[in-house]
Amino acid sequence: MSADGLFVIGTTHHRAPLAVREKLSLSAAGAEALRRELAAIEGLREFAVLNTCNRVEFYGVAASAGAAARVSAAFCAGQQFDPGEFDRIRLDLRGPDAVRHLLEVSAGLDSQMIGETEIFGQVKDAYAAAQAGGTTGPVLNRVFQKGFQAAKHVRTHTGITEGQVSVANVAVELALNIFGGLADTRILLLGAGEIGEKTAKAFQSRGAAALTVASRRFERAMDLATALGASAMPFEQRDARLGEFDIVVCATSAPEIIVSHATVRAAMHRRPARPLFFIDQALPRDVEPTVADIDNVFLYNLDDLARIAEENRVAREAELAKCRAIVTEKADALWRQVAPQVEALATALAADATSAEKTAKQLGKESPA
Amino acid sequence: MLANFTDRTWLWAAAAFYFAGFALGTVAILRHGRPSGPATYALILLGYALQLAGLGLRGRAVGGCPLGNQFEIHQFTAWSAITLYLVVGVTFRNSLLGYFTSSLAAAITLLSLAIPAWDATQRTHIFGSNPWIELHAALAVFSYGVFGLLSLTSILYLLRNYSLKSKHLGGWFSFLPSIRDLDQIGLRLLGAGVVILAASLTVGSVYWLRDTSSVNVAKLVVTLSVWLAYVLAFGLRLRGLLLAKRFSWACLLLFAAAMLSLGPVDRSRHRVERVTEVRAR
Repeated sequence: MSADGLFVIGTTHHRAPLAVREKLSLSAAGAEALRRELAAIEGLREFAVLNTCNRVEFYGVAASAGAAARVSAAFCAGQQFDPGEFDRIRLDLRGPDAVRHLLEVSAGLDSQMIGETEIFGQVKDAYAAAQAGGTTGPVLNRVFQKGFQAAKHVRTHTGITEGQVSVANVAVELALNIFGGLADTRILLLGAGEIGEKTAKAFQSRGAAALTVASRRFERAMDLATALGASAMPFEQRDARLGEFDIVVCATSAPEIIVSHATVRAAMHRRPARPLFFIDQALPRDVEPTVADIDNVFLYNLDDLARIAEENRVAREAELAKCRAIVTEKADALWRQVAPQVEALATALAADATSAEKTAKQLGKESPA
Repeated sequence: MLANFTDRTWLWAAAAFYFAGFALGTVAILRHGRPSGPATYALILLGYALQLAGLGLRGRAVGGCPLGNQFEIHQFTAWSAITLYLVVGVTFRNSLLGYFTSSLAAAITLLSLAIPAWDATQRTHIFGSNPWIELHAALAVFSYGVFGLLSLTSILYLLRNYSLKSKHLGGWFSFLPSIRDLDQIGLRLLGAGVVILAASLTVGSVYWLRDTSSVNVAKLVVTLSVWLAYVLAFGLRLRGLLLAKRFSWACLLLFAAAMLSLGPVDRSRHRVERVTEVRAR
């Protein structure tokens, strides 16, 4: 009974395709309504809801297995989702398995992009919301708090978060390897397409402030610059002003080379001591390949970035076994700590239920009618 | 028992700790891990304390800063580099710098201990009663320590440059600092070394002007050449004419030349006095 008292049910990207996850995703208002509904479930003493784009999970502590089923039913009813269909894609873990799952999720081991750290913040937010709503208690408090410590331990003692696995973030990491920080770097974005925009946003999210956009159609450059809080520059000025920038993101659809070896050499004459980093994400390429031969100039194209991202992904996967061993050890220890509480809670609830039943029976007997 | 340790025993122990820092880092790298910054720092710190004890004993025995032969000069150079590392290494926050520093210190100290000829002649009171000459010599050798650390950052720069150019960023390359940080640190170390050596030469020149026959011409020429070469490198770097890889290679070659010059400089000095191995009291 004690193992069943702690549960996690829900669904994740492993079991549900995007189209299904879209239907199951909780809006803020929906989450609040569901919280109220779950709070009214008899026997459900503690619960927390983790709702991200890749998973909807309900962590709970209950006196009976029936409580978990009622959580599922309330969720499906709220989302107008077929309960039978939900059963087919449902994750349902109990006791130590539920603890281990929470630790794996928090450490990013269960994420679509293995080792990503955003999920850690999302789990913390879910726990904070449950705490604010007064739906956590001694068991979930301990499980979540110790789980956060375990996740941090995994991240710091393994290479699971090392190396970026998306092309845009690889570009940012390369820039950090060259410049140390991005706060005082000047970035030029050549091309106003989606790829360049993504990379520019990745740079901005890591502290880059001085961003200039240049596109063959100036109005598009203006639009993107406005959207990004950047400045725009006429495309024709790129050669003359190249030396002003530290990082150049090239993502145009131009059929020919738009940054030549001679142009870069001339630019480096004006700023010989500062490195110049080209990220050529265009196809066909925007930057003449021989630019890489110039001292203090670093050139990475789409294949280079993709290869590094893939190498990092493989390296993270290689760390998974090590991470899982740590998580299992920590989860088992944590379960041993909370199991008596879960059992005591279940026993107390069962006793309450028996006592209430007896009282009801007695009241029934004493009733004149 | 410690009181019976000779100065060389302390210095062997110090070298062992420096070597342990190098060994620890090597094992970590071979296991595809990062050398432990705190562990390396602690080993270097222990080695530094032992080396200080050894040099202190030697200094007391020779009646001044122990710079009387090649053994002492090499030991003092390593000690200077470590002194600087212990100060700047904390802010540098890079475990690889500690690894390379312990490697350099182990190499220099073990080499000096392994060549008995370098310590066969021990000179006492080489600075007479003139503390300025002692300061001049101490500053000169300390600047060599700074240049030693500069050579290490140059190696780190070359490795980082290679990793970025060849697009090999995984493994222990990922522990390297950014190329711009390394360039800035290299420039500052070069500036500091040039200034310290200039201060040393300024102090020495006052003494030399009083009595030009007191300084061997070979020593004067070699020391000035080393300083001028570093000044030239510094000037060219500031003017943007010696940059990136070439700057790092220049710093490495200059340090190699500076270390190689220590032999001729030492041999050119007059032999003063022979003493036997010094024991702690």
